[in-house]
Amino acid sequence: MKPAKPQRPKYYDLNLANLPAPGLASIFHRISGALLFLPVIPALLYLMQATLGSEAGYLQWRGVLAMPAVKFVLLGFAWLYAHHFFAGIRYLLLDLHWGIGKEQARASAKLVFVLGALVTALVAWRAW
Amino acid sequence: MASFKLPVGAHYGLAAWLMQRLTAVVMVAYTLLLAGILLWCPPANYADWKGLFSGSFVRLATMLFFLALLYHAWVGIRDIVMDYVKPTGLRLLLQSLVGTALVFYLVWSVSILWGR
Repeated sequence: MKPAKPQRPKYYDLNLANLPAPGLASIFHRISGALLFLPVIPALLYLMQATLGSEAGYLQWRGVLAMPAVKFVLLGFAWLYAHHFFAGIRYLLLDLHWGIGKEQARASAKLVFVLGALVTALVAWRAW
Repeated sequence: MASFKLPVGAHYGLAAWLMQRLTAVVMVAYTLLLAGILLWCPPANYADWKGLFSGSFVRLATMLFFLALLYHAWVGIRDIVMDYVKPTGLRLLLQSLVGTALVFYLVWSVSILWGR
């Protein structure tokens, strides 16, 4: 007996709202990577230069970083980094064939979002 | 004519793929190190903050982190550009801009860590 012929063409639902957790983790890994390249890296390099360069710069930037709006921007940076970090570790483990099954891969993708949120909350707690 | 696909190519794609992962591991280690320092003994003033990056261990680790970061960003952004930007001229332009920016970041990070 021949196996049942698969239905062609196949339509995948690529709507962001309907993507399963691994798909969401993947696209946010890409988006966060692009945003880390620009603007996060130059912003942090500039901040390092300004705060390490002189005491006056350090004190001035301490004042700027105490502003709530600036804290929210930094919190956004922290989430981008944390998500990219944990999603990246998930890929390293998948490369080693760790948690390669569908159920495990879905669970680990959800864990990536949970850990990203936890780290962002930790940074928020330290910032306020 | 052979009807199967010949595995030809420059093979630097595999090197890029592997370096993407090796640089990631370097950055994970540095991230844990710096997060540990900032959580356990956060620098309270300018002298502490300056002192943190003046020690040769943290300074070298930070430089290694930046090197890993910039190589990692090159591979990642190149992947994105190759996926979405189809016109060859525009793709070349974008990749040139990205490469130039990354070399600029590298020189900048050296000057921050060793300057003054």
